[in-house]
Amino acid sequence: MNALRKLIIGDAQADRVVPPSGFTAQLTLFVSGAMAFLCVFALALSLASGRVANRWSDELARAATLRINAPAEQREAQTEAALKILRQTPGVANARALTKDEQAALLRPWFGAGIPLDTLPVPQLIEVTEDDPGYDAQGLRLRLQAEVPGAVLDDHARWRRPLVDAAIALRRLGVVSILLIGGAMAAMITLAANAALAANAQVIEVLRLVGAQDGYIAQAFVRRFTLRALSGAAVGVVLGMIGVFLMPEASEEGGFLTGLGFQNWRWLLPLIIPPLAALVAFFATTRAARKRLGELA
Amino acid sequence: MIELENVGYNYGGGELFSDLSVQLAPGSFHFLTGPSGAGKTTLLKLCYGALTPTAGRVRAFNMDVKGLDRDQMAYLRRRVGVVHQDCRFLDHLPVVENIALPLTVSGRGLSEEQANLQELMNWVGLSERMDALPPELSGGERQRAALARAVILSPDVIIADEPTGNVDWEMSQRLLRLLVELNHMGKTILVATHDLPLIRAAKNQVQARVLRISNRQLISAGADL
Repeated sequence: MNALRKLIIGDAQADRVVPPSGFTAQLTLFVSGAMAFLCVFALALSLASGRVANRWSDELARAATLRINAPAEQREAQTEAALKILRQTPGVANARALTKDEQAALLRPWFGAGIPLDTLPVPQLIEVTEDDPGYDAQGLRLRLQAEVPGAVLDDHARWRRPLVDAAIALRRLGVVSILLIGGAMAAMITLAANAALAANAQVIEVLRLVGAQDGYIAQAFVRRFTLRALSGAAVGVVLGMIGVFLMPEASEEGGFLTGLGFQNWRWLLPLIIPPLAALVAFFATTRAARKRLGELA
Repeated sequence: MIELENVGYNYGGGELFSDLSVQLAPGSFHFLTGPSGAGKTTLLKLCYGALTPTAGRVRAFNMDVKGLDRDQMAYLRRRVGVVHQDCRFLDHLPVVENIALPLTVSGRGLSEEQANLQELMNWVGLSERMDALPPELSGGERQRAALARAVILSPDVIIADEPTGNVDWEMSQRLLRLLVELNHMGKTILVATHDLPLIRAAKNQVQARVLRISNRQLISAGADL
């Protein structure tokens, strides 16, 4: 606790003991800034993928479509029969035949406006909404097969599963990216700290000669690198958040790609990146300093 | 206070000296002399723990120096003030901060020690040069600043390695007077030098023992130096 207090408050005199180093300071600032920037996007991607996976999983799992492939003269009767069966089926919350206009709207992206639906052998669609815990799809299929020969039940499982799997994999990729970014940042800061320690070998020797403990010497470097990582990451996060903010808002037309931003309180999540970057720098520099000071003994 | 018992030291297979014994009693004043390369600096480094003997034992303040961990070694260095031949300053810090470095690293605030620091700067005659950077100082000023840094924590022992090596006769007399003053305050002094006129001049001011490294052995030099 005392060490943490010393690290945060610092000692102006002790901070001056190690000379300001040029390229390692810039390297640390740049690396932590760039990594934090990337981290914001990885976090946004991960959260958006999670959101999409949940939405697809929830929405699609509760919806199914019944298709009536029957000759025009039997279509209405089979539709009525199917609706009757659906209303009697436990676990079905709602069943509704789509109107002609709704079916035309579904086909519009492919055939354009003004489709003569009456002249085309378009099957009648019935939208089925599930109750919790849902219906017995296999049982329903068997009954429909017996009573409505033209009915085909599509519970979306065929194409829902790969989409949900893809979204989950994308979320996992985002998390792995964040971990890799943290690891790469630790490696770069360790290199920069080692370079700074090597460049200041004479300073370390003088400090030891006048009675400085290794902890004091290490802290002079650790504090400097931690604060640099903190400030670099803060700048990176601000720029990253601006980048995410400027991305197009989620829309039906844009689909998944336009829904990458943060939502509600999740805008606060990137704010934990700078303290995390500082923590990574603290441990990386402490480890590097201990190792280097041990070698210099 | 500091005791070397049958100490030997090898540099990469070659023996620098062997079976060397000496005791620095509290309040004593020693000169260490001998030809270049005889091992004067090595002997001093053994005394303040910068080197470990390859044979024998070094005891400082009743502790075996070899068995000290890093933190204990740091405390030992605070009790032994060292003036190096090349002074070893941090060139990016002004003189006053270099002198105060032992205070800084031991966690003592400079604001509380301001009066002592000013007094010390006056004592070594550097009160006008407080804000100068080390490369801007003359040889004599550097040595006096190094002496001030060595004594700022009021150590029990002061070790100086060729403190008059790069200064004129007048300045070496001034440095000698400062060391004698410290000895009169009860500090134990060990000075490595090949400046024989300085040793002769010191004999008029202080009861000093002169040790000479010769043929890998340490002998007491006579008054004929």
